[in-house]
Amino acid sequence: MNRPLADAPADSPSVTSAVPPAVLSANGNFDVNAVRRDFPVLSRSVYGKPLVYLDNAATTHKPLAVLEAMDRFYRTSNANVHRGVHRLSMDATNFYDEARRVLHKFFGTAIGCEIIFTRGATESLNLVAQSYGGSVLREGDEVLLTWMEHHSNIVPWQMVCARTGAKLRPIPILDDGSLDMDAYRSMLSERVKVVAVTHVSNALGTVNPIAEISRLAHDVGAVVVVDGAQAAPHMPVNLRELGVDFYVAAGHKMYGPTGIGILYGRADLLERMPPWQGGGDMILSVSFEKTVYAQPPQKFEAGTPPIAEAIGLAAAATYLMNLGMSEIHRHEQHLLRTLTERMAEVPGLRILGTAPQKAGVVSFVMDCAHPHDIGQILDGEGVAVRAGHHCAQPVMQRFGIPATTRVSLGLYNTDAEFDALIGALHKVRRMFA
Amino acid sequence: MSDTRALYEEVILDHNKNPKNFGSMPDADVVQEGYNPLCGDSFKIYLKLDGDTVQSVSFEGHGCAISKASASLMTTLVKGRKRSEVEELFHVFQEMLKSDPESPLDTEKLGKLKVFSGVREYPVRIKCATLAWHALVAALHQQEGPVSTESGS
Ligand SMILES: Cc1ncc(COP(=O)(O)O)c(C=O)c1O
Repeated sequence: MNRPLADAPADSPSVTSAVPPAVLSANGNFDVNAVRRDFPVLSRSVYGKPLVYLDNAATTHKPLAVLEAMDRFYRTSNANVHRGVHRLSMDATNFYDEARRVLHKFFGTAIGCEIIFTRGATESLNLVAQSYGGSVLREGDEVLLTWMEHHSNIVPWQMVCARTGAKLRPIPILDDGSLDMDAYRSMLSERVKVVAVTHVSNALGTVNPIAEISRLAHDVGAVVVVDGAQAAPHMPVNLRELGVDFYVAAGHKMYGPTGIGILYGRADLLERMPPWQGGGDMILSVSFEKTVYAQPPQKFEAGTPPIAEAIGLAAAATYLMNLGMSEIHRHEQHLLRTLTERMAEVPGLRILGTAPQKAGVVSFVMDCAHPHDIGQILDGEGVAVRAGHHCAQPVMQRFGIPATTRVSLGLYNTDAEFDALIGALHKVRRMFA
Repeated sequence: MSDTRALYEEVILDHNKNPKNFGSMPDADVVQEGYNPLCGDSFKIYLKLDGDTVQSVSFEGHGCAISKASASLMTTLVKGRKRSEVEELFHVFQEMLKSDPESPLDTEKLGKLKVFSGVREYPVRIKCATLAWHALVAALHQQEGPVSTESGS
C-alpha cells in the first residue's frame, strides 16, 4: 500500500515538493518577519488596525505552502484514493500515502506504530475511547485522566465508562497548574487500564511530563492516550522517545486545514481493536456471511478520507520541519517570557497557570472586567484572543472562576505585537476600573 | 470601524459597576437561574409577585458587563408591570437587538433600553443582553429548572 512516490511517472504532478526552504535570517536564527510573509491573512487589518492574532490555541493560520498544495491537488489531480486504475486516482493515492509518510517523519514514529487519518482530534479521541476503551474496559476497571483535559478528552471516556461500568478518576492539579504527580502515583494500580492525558493544556499552557507519566502507567499495565492537539504545533514531539501507546493531533492547530486529525497508535493494539465505523476502504472483502477487515490504518479509515486535507496537513508538517520544531519552540518560549513579564505589569491582572514547563498559552483574569468584555475591547483594537471556559470547565472549577481570557501564541507572533495587546489591556482598565 | 465605546455606553458601565437591586431576596416567590453556556455567565433572578404583577425583583450572580447591566436595568423597568407587559417589553428589546445596526430606533417604546443598541453590531453579545430577561420571563411562568440562552430564542 505504501508505494513510494518515486514510482510515479514523470508526468505526474507533485503536491508536496514545492516547499520553500527553511526560513532563517542571515545569522542563522529564526526570521519571524520572513515567516510572516508566508501567511497571507496576517497582512489584513481589523477595524482599520493591523490584525494581532493571539488565538492560536483555537486554530492557526495556514502558510502559502499549505494553501498551494491543496489548490494544486484540486487543480491537477483530484481523484478518489485506493479505488481507481486511472492515472488521476493513482496520483491521488500516491499523494495520500506520501502524506502519511510525512507525518510519520514529523512525529518520529516508533517501529510497529501506525498513523490513522481522522476528521479531527475530537474524532481521534472518540475512536480510541470507543474502540479501545469499549473493548477492554470492564466493571471495576479505572480510567485516569486529569483535571486539565479539554472536554474532548473527558466526554468520550465518560460515555465509554457509562457503557462498560468502568470508573473515571481525575488526577488533581496543583495551584500553579502542574499535574500533581504524587497524586498520580498514588492513584495507579492494577485496576487502571487507561491513562488519558493532555500533552499541553489549552487552558493553562502546562506541559505535562509525558515520558514519565507513560513509564509509570506502563508499570501497572495501563495504556497511555495522549492528547497532543496543543503540543504538536509548538514543540518537537518524538513519539519514539515519549513511548506512548496513542497520540492525537489536530490538523488545523498545526497550520494545516480543518477537517483532518491524526491518531497515532501501536499496531498490535490497533489490530486487536474492533473497527469503529464501517464502510468502504476499511475492508478486504465483504459478503453477507462474512466481512474481512483491512489492516490498520485502513481498518479505521472508513469511507473517502479527507484527501486534500491530508495533503495540506503534510505540507504544513513539511513547512514546520523546514523551519525546525526546535527553532519554533525556542521562538515561542522567548515570546512567552516577554509576554508574561509585560502582563505582570498590568495592575489587577492575574495569570492562571504558572507551571515551570509551559507552552505559549497565557490565561488570565482581571479584577475590573469580565473575560468576555476584555476580549471585546481587545477585538476593537485588532487583537484576537479567546474568552470563555476554553472547553475545559473542570479547570475553571478548579480555580473557582467562570472563565478566563486567553492569549495563545504561534510561530508567527512577534514581541512588537504585544504593544497592541498591552495597550488594549490598559484601555480595559480605563473603561472598567 | 468598531468603536467599542458605542457598545459600552456610560449607562452600561455604570450599571455594571453599581448594579441596582443586586442581591438575594429571602422571601421571594420564585427564584430562577439563567445560564449562558458560551461564556459561563450565570444569574439568579428573585421575584415577588402580586397576582401576575411584578412586586419586586432582584438578581445576583456573575456575568459580563453587558449581561450584568442588562439585568440591573431590567430590574428597574419591570416593577409594577404585569406579566404580559414585561413580555411585550422583552419582545421590543429582542426585536431591536436583532435589527439592522443602521435602522432607526423606536426610542419611545424602548425607553432606557436603547442604551443597548450598540449590541446590534455584535450579534454574539445578544445572548448576554437577554440572559436576565429570559430568566425573568421563565420566573413569571414559574417554569421548572434553570433556563439557558441555548434553549429556544
Ligand atoms: C487540548 C485540546 N484537545 C482537543 C481539542 C479538540 O480539537 P478539535 O476540536 O479540532 O477536534 C482541542 C481544541 O480546542 C484542544 O485544545
